[in-house]
Amino acid sequence: MATRTTRFTVNGKQVQVDLEPRTSLADALRYHLKLTGTHVGCEHGVCGACTIISDGAAIRSCLMLAAQADGMQITTIEGLSRGCGEALGPLAASFKKHHALQCGFCTPGILITAHALLSEEPTADADRIREVLSGNLCRCTGYVSIIDAVLDARPAYQNQKAAE
Amino acid sequence: MKPPPFDYARASSVEDAVAFLAEHRDEAKIIAGGQSLMPMLAFRIATPKLLVDIGPIATLRGISVDDRGVTLGALVRWRDIQRHAELPHAHPLLVEAVKHVAHYQIRNRGTVGGSLAHADPAAEFPGIAVACEAEIEIASSNGRRTVMANEFFLDSLTTALAPDELIVSVRLPPWKSGRHWAFDEFARRRGDFALAGVALFFDLHQGHVVEPHIAAIGIGARPVRLAIVEQTLAGKAVEAITIREAVAAAIASIDPPGDIHAPGDYRRALFGVLLERALAQAAGLQVAELA
Repeated sequence: MATRTTRFTVNGKQVQVDLEPRTSLADALRYHLKLTGTHVGCEHGVCGACTIISDGAAIRSCLMLAAQADGMQITTIEGLSRGCGEALGPLAASFKKHHALQCGFCTPGILITAHALLSEEPTADADRIREVLSGNLCRCTGYVSIIDAVLDARPAYQNQKAAE
Repeated sequence: MKPPPFDYARASSVEDAVAFLAEHRDEAKIIAGGQSLMPMLAFRIATPKLLVDIGPIATLRGISVDDRGVTLGALVRWRDIQRHAELPHAHPLLVEAVKHVAHYQIRNRGTVGGSLAHADPAAEFPGIAVACEAEIEIASSNGRRTVMANEFFLDSLTTALAPDELIVSVRLPPWKSGRHWAFDEFARRRGDFALAGVALFFDLHQGHVVEPHIAAIGIGARPVRLAIVEQTLAGKAVEAITIREAVAAAIASIDPPGDIHAPGDYRRALFGVLLERALAQAAGLQVAELA
């Protein structure tokens, strides 16, 4: 099958991929752009591990073709700490503080989802966070520490919103 | 879990998209948000030769609220409905139902046109379309036609859409202010497809029910209105006894199939409970008052 050229922006950088049309955005990121922070769990839109942000909205990169990303602004887990230097971003720092991960496989998807949520809704309460993260499966933590970590990261997003 | 190979084309207009469909017919499939189609491709349940991406067609993204009701373009996402300023007043039932659609990430990309075309029997939006007597506007290279929602859904994952047709928009008739309504469903886990669900509304004239609309999802091969239940309610005041009669009529009239998720009898009982709660909520009664 012939390949197709698609251009989009990942973490602020213009990229171009030449891929079979059936390639998912998740596989394009991992295998062709070598951005392996985006994890692939179920490959059919159930687990949430592959969540990325496209044009401001958290989506599942296994449920989108790379070809569909044409012209889009994509943010992956690698882009979350941009501008933080060697330090962790506010969410990652909060996850470390609250021990909000064990095996870590689901963590990139959860961080991206929480980042998208708090960027739009910096005052989201525990119920809202729980509802949003229901789309991300974690089999280690039981979620309590994850919810605590997201709640604790809210001031950083509120300050950012206030500064805008 | 990789889809089989296929060709991919980006349509820049409705005319462009239906031209692809006219040429390739059965071998082509439209992709919009892909939230139902991508899993079908991953499981190789769907094996199209060509995917026609309608994502670039900006004219399909509009939401309009006017005296003809609420018109949603095929590419309107659940996210767009949830963020729309007028819809909570213009169509509260729609907004409530959308809260139950899948998960956050899916609502950020899934579209109303995709949900209609996929026609999952437990999906929320097809149920709303049937409950509200929505009109679905469809385009092909031969022109346009409108299909009523109750004639659009034929069977599980099967619609009246011909292989060369594309959903353009869906219109929900005007919502009367002061209308009584409720939406409820039950799923084992948040975001899963519901085992059963109910969407209903009615108006009151001097305390009596006028034009009840009661629709059920997840209890058969397609969303349906329950005419017998509507007849039970019409002209009556919504009190404990009316609700009991309506629930009894519903339980006697539905015959949900059993599957791996729940036996038919469980779904029937569940639907009765959901209907009871929804009617009580719509009438402003506490469920405890019904006992």
